[in-house]
Amino acid sequence: MHPLMHALREHTLEELQAQLAGTTATPARDAPAGVTRRALLASGAAGGLVVAIGWLPADAQAAAGQGAEGRAAKAALVPNQFVSVGTDNLVTIVCKHHEMGEGNTTGLATLVADELDADWSLVRTEYAPADAKRYANLAFGTMQGTGGSSAMSNSYLQYREAGATARAMLVAAAADAWKVPAGEIRTSDSVLTHASGQRATYGEMAAAAARQAVPAKPALKSPAQFALMGRDRSTPRVDSPSKCTGTAIYTGDVKLPGLLTAVIAFPPSFGAKMVSFDAAAARKVKGVTDVVAVPEGVAVVAKGTWAAMQGRRALKVTWDESAGASLDSEALLAQYREMAARPGTSFAKPAAAPAAPARTVEAIYEFPFLAHAPMEPQGCVAWLHDGQLETWAGHQFPTFDHMLAAKAAGLPLDKVRLHTLVSGGSFGRRANVWSDFTVAAVNVAVAIKGRAPVRLQYSREDDMSAGLYRPMMLHSLKVGLDGAGKVASWQHVVVGQSIMAGTPMAPMMVKDGVDPTSVEGVHPTSYDLPMMDGQVHDVALPVRPLWWRSVGNTHTAYVMETMMDRLARAAGQDPLAFRLALLEKNERATRTLKLVAEKSGFGKAMPPGSAQGIALHESFGTAVAQVADVTIKDGKVRVDKVWCAVDCGVAVNPDVIRAQMEGGIGFALGALYYSEIELKAGRPVQRNFDQYRSLRIYEMPAVEVFIAQSTASPTGVGEPGVPPLAPAVANAIARAGGPEVLRLPFARAGLVQA
Amino acid sequence: MTTVSLNVNGHAHQVQAEADTPLLWVIRDDIGLTGTKFGCGVAQCGACTVHLDGQPARSCVTPATAVGGRKVTTIEGLQSRAAKAVQQAWIEHDVVQCGYCQSGQIMSATALLEQNPKPSDTDIDHAMAGNICRCATYVRIRAAIHAAAGQLSA
Repeated sequence: MHPLMHALREHTLEELQAQLAGTTATPARDAPAGVTRRALLASGAAGGLVVAIGWLPADAQAAAGQGAEGRAAKAALVPNQFVSVGTDNLVTIVCKHHEMGEGNTTGLATLVADELDADWSLVRTEYAPADAKRYANLAFGTMQGTGGSSAMSNSYLQYREAGATARAMLVAAAADAWKVPAGEIRTSDSVLTHASGQRATYGEMAAAAARQAVPAKPALKSPAQFALMGRDRSTPRVDSPSKCTGTAIYTGDVKLPGLLTAVIAFPPSFGAKMVSFDAAAARKVKGVTDVVAVPEGVAVVAKGTWAAMQGRRALKVTWDESAGASLDSEALLAQYREMAARPGTSFAKPAAAPAAPARTVEAIYEFPFLAHAPMEPQGCVAWLHDGQLETWAGHQFPTFDHMLAAKAAGLPLDKVRLHTLVSGGSFGRRANVWSDFTVAAVNVAVAIKGRAPVRLQYSREDDMSAGLYRPMMLHSLKVGLDGAGKVASWQHVVVGQSIMAGTPMAPMMVKDGVDPTSVEGVHPTSYDLPMMDGQVHDVALPVRPLWWRSVGNTHTAYVMETMMDRLARAAGQDPLAFRLALLEKNERATRTLKLVAEKSGFGKAMPPGSAQGIALHESFGTAVAQVADVTIKDGKVRVDKVWCAVDCGVAVNPDVIRAQMEGGIGFALGALYYSEIELKAGRPVQRNFDQYRSLRIYEMPAVEVFIAQSTASPTGVGEPGVPPLAPAVANAIARAGGPEVLRLPFARAGLVQA
Repeated sequence: MTTVSLNVNGHAHQVQAEADTPLLWVIRDDIGLTGTKFGCGVAQCGACTVHLDGQPARSCVTPATAVGGRKVTTIEGLQSRAAKAVQQAWIEHDVVQCGYCQSGQIMSATALLEQNPKPSDTDIDHAMAGNICRCATYVRIRAAIHAAAGQLSA
């Protein structure tokens, strides 16, 4: 489980709210039993599966009707806030998680539909409103949000129970109507049947079912009874048709009467302050309606996106860029190297004094700033009307967005309504504690006094130069091997910005001066390395750092897994055998690594210039091992195929898992090859896809995914496919006789055609 | 401002636009067809791909005034047998993830199959090179194009 989850679920919504408001209110740790996650966990442990129902007040049906939007609220049977059954025979599932492509809408629907025995073709989905009390991510405790690859793991019992509840009420209604024992009624494909010949669809029984008592603890299926989960292609993605016909509605597609478009002249460098602006030329651009100062910069508002963009081009802004003038990524890296030589804050202490090594392997690894660059640039629609605020966006952290939007608008929370739309990717970008694009849109709406609904649109350059980067990181290692080639000592220094420090998350996350997301994957690690001596240096910069698909594992997996190969080489051992010896206490990692080795034929003879590289990494509770088949030709790298084994517990939607592994591999490979945001004089150099290259179709390797059979509770799949890819490729290159690359991306070493 | 006459998905439209207004924004803001997406504004990502007389074009850098009499087709107006095969294959392979690039991917793939009903992997590489997918759904895009080609030749 991600450390984020551990920490967040110890805290209450009130604490979070106090943090966001910038106050230091006493944590409400002793809130009444029944409203804290801790109390719920305790009751859950004692009495079984009470998670979903535990959140509901006494009048469950009334409460569910309030929050659920659209179809769900209007249906005949609404047993809880997650599912409803209409007389039209449609089942509607309210998804508390944000869909950014990772397939959680399909996953949540699968959990409900399986327990409900619903016909998949009659299942509809919609997205929950911002309501942390009813739609919290249970892994985050009292906060609603999507992240840490936690959507399936935290919802697994909650959504199944929601479906089982609805089924139990339908069965009870049929038992009453047919005067037969409930236990004799069968359900399948949204139809109730009895051996006597009685038959009713769910739609026909929905109204009667609504009059039944809501069962406290509906029985759940055993994995052997699953009708949909784990069955390949039984649950095609619910969002495929709309996304293949251009009818899916993203933020930019929202239509409202009189909707205006805003773009913001953001500061050109980190830390820059606006001194003055001259709006005369901008106002002359046909269609421009307003030029207004906002905390983020200067907003140009217009009828139409192009007019807004042209208005911004004509706008003259004077900036004071002195604060960030010395910010330069090369200079920073030099500073990081110096820091790595000095003692830092300890994150791991050796269990015993290390033995004197027979030999040592040393390396310094350097990782660049990375932008997330989701296909859909950031944006948000904000509409102030009738004393209320409505927003439409890819609200990945609705709790933060809700609170901060309300604060920006000066409105109480109950006057602020968020509409969460699908988003065109995130990779971490849309989940941030500043709610940057939501707040900016609200600020524009306030600046034009709510005269019309307004859509804030980021250009690609706005999005890419906004910061919120995966921080630049440096790892310095000195590892000792004994005479038998076993690890005897492990000194590890990590330098870089803490993602959590200085944010409202810090008091919950940072323990003894260590941000776990800076070192996760080194500590804890899959391997048995009790001799590790780890230290971390946090760096404060005006560039905001942010989690980037798989967070700290984006760099720690590369360090650990290329070091494993280097150590194996130094010890004269096979890289697979070397790893397995350090994994004796880690059964799942061992199994996953062996699975990929077996499927890929790891160790087999390869043609000249080709080699296989192997890597294993556990993140977000999931173990992923990959083997990359790589060819080096004319000094350039080509990844021909990636073999991927994944153990994520119950495979809720096997095809979604495969898709996430494929996509994670391509996402990671593009970053490995090309991605880097350089800073010069405080400004980001790469601002669009011409300089910040992305993987293209002709660079995508073949991928084969093997999903471990498991009945354990599901763990994440959105992120864990990413970390092992880069080290697997790097290890293959080294085995093929290529260089050992210690500074990313590969384009720096001329290994790819940038 | 000039009056621009466009034929989009078989319908005649007259819109007021500046001479340099990209076709993308006319399609989205003036005509109200939002299936065509804004991704980069500099013809690097392909999210804005439409057809001009059946040829793929990046609408974010094509001035609306430069379209002339060419017929504009957007994702909403796809009708051809190749287009339907592509969309069907996309759904059957569950190609999409975030979906934001997929209108453009489908437009490029459709144009490819309309001109080359049996493309090789190299043909696919060339035709699809201008369409970025940050979710990296490329394995499935390739598989779906081959499947659609198979459907067309069946």
